[in-house]
Amino acid sequence: MLVSENETLKNNIIKWAEELGKDRTILLPLLQRVQKKYSSISPYAMQIIADLLDIHPVEVYSVVSFYSFLNDEPKGRFVIRLCRTISCEMSGRDRIARQLQNELGIAFGETTPDSRFTLEWTNCMGMCDLGPAMMVNDVVFTEMTPEKAHEIVERCRQTFSAFALQNKQEG
Amino acid sequence: MKAKYMSPLTFSTILPDEGLKKAVSIKRSEILAEISASKIKGRGGAGFPTGTKWNLAAAAKDTTKFIVCNADEGEPGTFKDRIILMDHADLVFEGMTIAARAVGSKEGILYLRGEYTYLLSHLETILQKRRDNKLLGDAILGVEGFQFDIRIHMGSGAYICGEETALIESIEGNRGEPRNRPPYPVDTGLKRHPTVVNNVETFAWCACIIGNGAEWFLKHGTAVSTGLKLFSISGDVERPGVYEFPWGITVSEVLEKCGGRNAKAVQIGGASGYCIPRSQFDRKIAYEDISTGGSIIVFGPDRDMLKVAKNFLEFFVEESCGQCTPCRDGNPVILDGIERLEKGTCSITYLNELRALSETMQVASKCGLGQTSTNAFLSILEHFKDECMGRGRE
Repeated sequence: MLVSENETLKNNIIKWAEELGKDRTILLPLLQRVQKKYSSISPYAMQIIADLLDIHPVEVYSVVSFYSFLNDEPKGRFVIRLCRTISCEMSGRDRIARQLQNELGIAFGETTPDSRFTLEWTNCMGMCDLGPAMMVNDVVFTEMTPEKAHEIVERCRQTFSAFALQNKQEG
Repeated sequence: MKAKYMSPLTFSTILPDEGLKKAVSIKRSEILAEISASKIKGRGGAGFPTGTKWNLAAAAKDTTKFIVCNADEGEPGTFKDRIILMDHADLVFEGMTIAARAVGSKEGILYLRGEYTYLLSHLETILQKRRDNKLLGDAILGVEGFQFDIRIHMGSGAYICGEETALIESIEGNRGEPRNRPPYPVDTGLKRHPTVVNNVETFAWCACIIGNGAEWFLKHGTAVSTGLKLFSISGDVERPGVYEFPWGITVSEVLEKCGGRNAKAVQIGGASGYCIPRSQFDRKIAYEDISTGGSIIVFGPDRDMLKVAKNFLEFFVEESCGQCTPCRDGNPVILDGIERLEKGTCSITYLNELRALSETMQVASKCGLGQTSTNAFLSILEHFKDECMGRGRE
């Protein structure tokens, strides 16, 4: 039997909700799982979650729109977030920003046409002693230089997930 | 991620679970008395006496109580909790367990900011080890009826969730919008139950205090600000990193230690703190003088202070939760004012209006964000007025 994408999404959400325990307090962890697996939270997913938790879908949407790591619009496979807060600004944030824009050919807030990269600003990541800092999905990179920015983008281009990135970084 | 530079920490000298072992051997009231006697205040920035907080929660009549550790370290320039969670997480969990014993709680939650997701597996491993070693779970250390466990709740990128009631809202699955206070979380917290919310560092120090005694803690610091404190130092210094100092240290002593002697100003307390000019470097860092959660950002002689103020205001415009009008609508107006100053199109009359607006925001905003977001702007304007005024249109 052919299972549609929406159906697997629905089954996943039901499975996760059961794991977490059907309670309003699971909303954030549940949304985080959907976000991680599907890189966005579609209106359909929000409807399913709302039905499961017996709340209005608008409530789910209001939570999704509140947190900056949750989004309803699809993003690139690699979301690059460059810290723009003061210590990173003072340690050369703008050079890294320019280099990333040059490497990717997009501005901040945009996604590449092949849906691989999204470039965003983020606020203080707690890496102020090691600036400039940025994140690629969950992986943190510190003491960035323009060359390093190029290398990381290249590495992303050659891999399929940020996991590979992490292993390489540690190994 | 190791700190760039790190001074020796007292936490490294503490025997593991010494505090917890002692906590199970004495009465609940004795734990509370010890914490109160140490006069420790919240290490997150607000500086509320921890003993009072625990006592209120212990006195609350409810069978369900929660211990919440605030690891939503989002204040610009703060990263000490990252280091504590990496190197001394056991001490933090121990402190939470002692708090649970003192107030009678069975459930603890560590609220970890989304940016620190890479710490998650490390922390989960430590929690599991503690469960295996009977330091968490049922009958902790073999004591019948002492039951407590900790789970980790991830944030999703919202500065405001560091505010304790917003953090509770976030755990409950809501937007991270602060609640009206009172009632305080010790009375009406998570799921309307009494809840102790403390910073990562506070719990770690509480474990040390129970282990070594309040007397030991009182040896450091000033009469009002007791003990030692971890500081996150960044900006124009030779050795940025995490430092441990006693409360009461002067700004110039701090600069001496981290190699920032020629600084022209220092921002203490992060974006919501104050900018201290060179002329005031003999002031003390303590709750009674310059209070801070530990963020110290140093500005070298060539820094444009208006640009600094602009960076902070951009931060607040972005991070305001939007719930109350003074903060949501006030911050963009102040930011616009800074941009006018930058372009040299701001009259003194208008600047005075911005000052008045800042004061309105300080009194009329619902939570700490709006009440403090203009501190940096006002103090920079006060001390560097000449630098900010009369910029040319090129």
